[in-house]
Amino acid sequence: MRKLVYILLGVIFGMAMYKAEAASWFRIYEMFNFQSFHMYGFMATALLVGLPVVQYLKRKKAKDIHGNQIVIHPKNKSITRYLIGGILFGLGWALVGACPGPIFVLIGAGLFPMLIVAAFAILGTYLYGLVKDKLPH
Amino acid sequence: MELLMGPWPWYIGGAIVALVMIALIFLGRSFGFSSNFRNICSVLGAGKSCSFFAFDWRKQKWNLLFLIGAIIGGFISANYLSDNQVPEISQETVTQLNALGFESAGKAYSPTEIFNHLTNKNIILLAVGGLLVGFGTRYAGGCTSGHAISGLSDLQLPSLIAVIGFFIGGLLMVHVFFPLIF
Repeated sequence: MRKLVYILLGVIFGMAMYKAEAASWFRIYEMFNFQSFHMYGFMATALLVGLPVVQYLKRKKAKDIHGNQIVIHPKNKSITRYLIGGILFGLGWALVGACPGPIFVLIGAGLFPMLIVAAFAILGTYLYGLVKDKLPH
Repeated sequence: MELLMGPWPWYIGGAIVALVMIALIFLGRSFGFSSNFRNICSVLGAGKSCSFFAFDWRKQKWNLLFLIGAIIGGFISANYLSDNQVPEISQETVTQLNALGFESAGKAYSPTEIFNHLTNKNIILLAVGGLLVGFGTRYAGGCTSGHAISGLSDLQLPSLIAVIGFFIGGLLMVHVFFPLIF
C-alpha cells in the first residue's frame, strides 16, 4: 500500500512536468535565453507554495506519519562543490534539455534516445563516486 | 477533460511539484530525484568496487518507486492526456533556433533534430549531456528537485549556490557552446 503512494506521487510529478512543459528541451532553451516567464513562473510558484509550508512545519515542530519530528537535514557548508558541481550539471541540463526527473518522464513519453542520457548519467554518477575523494568539496 | 488535455499552465505545474515535495516530507522522505542515479549504481552492484555505493539501497526503494511513477506519468501524459502537445515558445526563441538549424522549434515537444535522428553526433551529444548531469548532480549533492525546490524552500545557502551554478552552466552551454556545436 505504502509502495503505491510513492508510485502515485511519481505519476503526479511526471504528469505535471510533462503537461506544464518543464520537460521540454525548448522551454529550457527559452529559459536560458530569458525569452519567456514560463519556467521562472514554474519555479517561483513551486517556491511560493513550498517555502511557507516548509518554514511553518519546521517552526511548529510538526511530525511526519511515523511520529518523527520533521527535520530537513542541512547540507554541508561549502562553496566549491555546489558551484562546480552545479555548473557541470547546468551544462548537461541545457544540452539535453532535461534535468533528472524529466529524463525519465520523457522515456515514459516515448522519447527513447533519453535512455542514452539516463545510462550515461548513471555512469557519470559512478565516475563521481570513483574520483570524489580527489575532488575539492 | 479539455482542461486536462491542453497544456497545463506553469502555475499549476509549479504548485503540483511543491505539493509532491510536501507529501514526501510528511511521509518522512525528502524530495531529490538525482539520488536515484546513485541508488541505481548501488542496485547494479557498484558498492563492490566503490564504497560510495556500498549502502543499503533497499532503504531508498521509495525513491526508485517514485522514479517508476514518473515514467508512468510521462507515458500517460503523452498517450492519454495530449494530442501532440507543442509548447508555445516565444517567437524570438523560434527565430533564434531556426537560425541554429532547428526547424522543429515551435512544431514539436522536443527537437526532432536531436532526438529523431541517432547520428553519431547526436549520440555523443546525449552521452556527454548524460555524463555531465550524472557527475554534476552528485558533485553538487542534488539537482533541480533537491536544491532548487527542496533546498530553497528550506532557505539553505548551499542550495542557492548550487542553483546559481546550474544557471552559470546553462547560460554557458546555450550562449557559448551551442553556436560551436550546432
